[in-house]
Amino acid sequence: MTTASSTSSLPTPDAAPNRLHFKFTRNLKERFIEAILLFCGLVAVFTTLAIMFVLVTEALPFFNHVSIVDFFTDTLWTPLFAEPRYGILPLVSGTLTVAGVALLLAIPLGTVIAIYLSEFAPHGVREVVKPALEMLEAVPTVVFGYFALLVVTPLLQTIFPELPGFNMLSAGLVIGVLVTPYISSVAEDAMRAVPMAMREGAYAVGATKLQVAVSIVTPAAISGIVAAYILAVSRAVGETMVVAIAAGTNPQFTFNPMDQAATISAYIVQVALGDLPHASIGYQSIFAAGLVLVVMTLIFNIVGHWVRKRFRESY
Amino acid sequence: MVTSSQARAATPAVETQHYKAEVRNLNFYYGSFHSLKNISFKLEANKATALIGPSGCGKSTLLRCFNRLHDLYPGNRYEGSIVLLPDNVNILDRKVDPIEVRMRIGMVFQKPNPFPKSIFENVAYGLRVRGMNNKTELADRVEAALKGAALWEEVNHRLDDLAFNLSGGQQQRLCIARALATDPEILLFDEPTSALDPIATSSIEELIQDIKHKVTILIVTHNMQQAARVSDYTAYMYLGDLIEFGVTSELFVKPKDKRTEDYITGRFG
Amino acid sequence: MNTEKPSPPSARLDAAAIAELIRTGKRKELVFAILGVFCLAIAILTLTAAFLSLLLDGWSRIRPEFFVNFPSRRAAEAGILSAWVGSFMVLIVTMVAAVPLGVGAAIYLEEYGQKGGWIKDVIEINVTNLAGVPSIIYGLLALGLFVYYFKFGQSVLSAGLTLALLILPIVIVATREALRSVPVHIREAAYGVGATRWQMVSQHLVPYSAGGILTGIIIGLARAIGETAPVITIGALTFIAFLPPSPISTEPPFLNFDWLFSPFTVLPIQMFNWVSRPDSSFHASAAGAGLVLLAMCLAMNALAIYIRYQVRKKIKW
Repeated sequence: MTTASSTSSLPTPDAAPNRLHFKFTRNLKERFIEAILLFCGLVAVFTTLAIMFVLVTEALPFFNHVSIVDFFTDTLWTPLFAEPRYGILPLVSGTLTVAGVALLLAIPLGTVIAIYLSEFAPHGVREVVKPALEMLEAVPTVVFGYFALLVVTPLLQTIFPELPGFNMLSAGLVIGVLVTPYISSVAEDAMRAVPMAMREGAYAVGATKLQVAVSIVTPAAISGIVAAYILAVSRAVGETMVVAIAAGTNPQFTFNPMDQAATISAYIVQVALGDLPHASIGYQSIFAAGLVLVVMTLIFNIVGHWVRKRFRESY
Repeated sequence: MVTSSQARAATPAVETQHYKAEVRNLNFYYGSFHSLKNISFKLEANKATALIGPSGCGKSTLLRCFNRLHDLYPGNRYEGSIVLLPDNVNILDRKVDPIEVRMRIGMVFQKPNPFPKSIFENVAYGLRVRGMNNKTELADRVEAALKGAALWEEVNHRLDDLAFNLSGGQQQRLCIARALATDPEILLFDEPTSALDPIATSSIEELIQDIKHKVTILIVTHNMQQAARVSDYTAYMYLGDLIEFGVTSELFVKPKDKRTEDYITGRFG
Repeated sequence: MNTEKPSPPSARLDAAAIAELIRTGKRKELVFAILGVFCLAIAILTLTAAFLSLLLDGWSRIRPEFFVNFPSRRAAEAGILSAWVGSFMVLIVTMVAAVPLGVGAAIYLEEYGQKGGWIKDVIEINVTNLAGVPSIIYGLLALGLFVYYFKFGQSVLSAGLTLALLILPIVIVATREALRSVPVHIREAAYGVGATRWQMVSQHLVPYSAGGILTGIIIGLARAIGETAPVITIGALTFIAFLPPSPISTEPPFLNFDWLFSPFTVLPIQMFNWVSRPDSSFHASAAGAGLVLLAMCLAMNALAIYIRYQVRKKIKW
């Protein structure tokens, strides 16, 4: 830089130091900006660390009061009774039952919709249906809670007259419809990513559309389809408002979807609505419950990651 | 048909020809683009016919008419006919289901396109599509097809391996085996060696020579030497027109049309 | 080759057999197509039914008074004034926090972070994981961190920051996609005339991908406005009969930030509160609040879809 400027016909002799100076501040400014951007990126890392830190530090004192063994084996969760019992099993059973009902509906529904949209639907239908499904994803869950409690439950009661007003069946079914677009859109993307050449190979030996969809495209896209299921499981397990509104808040150790029961997230909401003093055992209990929820979603994600790795497509 | 060919065979002095298919005044449109213009020629049975021409000339489009692959995409339109002999059915007829056409006419693609399945299931796929589920019968046919595609020796100990684990040349022979397993009447090849190295290419070319006795072959190639090596007849296409059709040895030595001559002497294309 | 078995008889099928196969195939295809339409109908009819039930129950409440009344013990007089004002204020905090952080993180990941570098990898893994964390967990994080550790209290600020963290992955992913859609030769053209990296990013990349980034931001904010659970968890009140202090005052310095620390409620919580009352006369108010909420969410999403469509139509690299 210096040699170039000294040999060139610059008008003033002090132009060269000026240019150097300019470059120096420019570098400083660039570095400063990069540091700010890096900080923005690190916020995601801080958030993860903060989640783990807060959950663990707030839950630890809880386990000074409640033994871990009781926590995982007791089948009663009655923190507000005079003689409180803290067995997480009822909340876990509620969470799994609701998620199970939801997935029993959402997995077949979402998969069929994905196959239909990717392989069968005419272009025009897809153009209309896809934004409609995106809208379904955008509806606030509290609205679906209202729908589950005041529309679906009365409807179900005409079929099962003994169904209580709060029940896991109605909440699970509505959550199932709610997570269906997650499955269908991720699975459809995976199916559309299957190269056309592979489909043509199957058509060329005389396969029908359905045979191509079921025996070629679906296996080829299986890793993406599994990812879609995992996403749906995480959503169903963590979904809060539908359950808090429609499934009741009374923890019961039951896997019967016709019962009312509370899930982990519904319990957290219920406690937060009351006015629990900071650092009381009730306050700490929601962090212990939250920790269990995080570990559950983590397990599902690890299993999903492992399954995807096993079936990773390689075209 | 049998009687007529036997009758002709009885007079050996005359060169006997019996045809497997006849293309009559075929026009094809991608939307409003007129990509095949009034194509007519005859495909001789148990011979190899090559389609050559510069890229964009319509040779692959013509090939894909033979098994109605164009039906998979909206906006495509055929006019004219491709008559399958001796049955005398126009396979482009709306009333003929493309699936029926594809069951009778197999295809091997430019890039090997095995399914995400085992070697065995890849070859058996066409048979399963035809409703065949008997294990021993499937095994026999898969073995015969793999032998026909000169792949049996290399894979018979690992039929349950994923097909993706094969090399490119092996994958292409696997795709040929997949097509052979269903015993097609015509086998279409769409530049089958363009994605392969020279050694794999020569093994595929040998294979095409070997299977000619049982299946009629139509092959698209951008490589004139390949056309000269494997085909009995050659059609030269240019901008959607069929410029010249003839016996391969004659067409390459004495082209009748100036445009064919320009192309095969390398003046363009 | 010498030990060759006799080759099996031809696999060719006669015309009748092929016709039969095709007939069965077509029948199965028809059954599947009907099944596909049926499944789609379940999803879309549920959406429609949810919307209609809100409309039928709540339309009678959509009157001007509903928007200017505070919640009340009498269902007929209850309104959503404090709720929509609260939602609006929380959304401002969320936007101010999430947009620079999300866009900045995305720019770092796309343009600054070294490919395969460990810092970039760690950030990426964290963003992916955060997208899968249930929203209620963000509420617990905020309760421990913002409310009690930073002592922001159960305030508009705590809620806004919580929702900002919640939608951060959405904004980051959308921004990265938008940045990635700008082709390499544009970057090279800017560098070629001597632009620094930041000049290239701020003068070319961000303006060219603004449509995509905006889409991501709007979808993220629409998600934030409907979120209920984390805001309940940090202790938003369900019955608020006053407004936070106004951000603009008549006396110097004219701007007032007390509203950030004010107690508040938001629309979804107001709706939740009314739904969970045993007294069914409040259900109409709940449906009315739901209608307003749904209209806001759907309008924001429709806007995002529209912008995305416009961007796709306009830009052809």
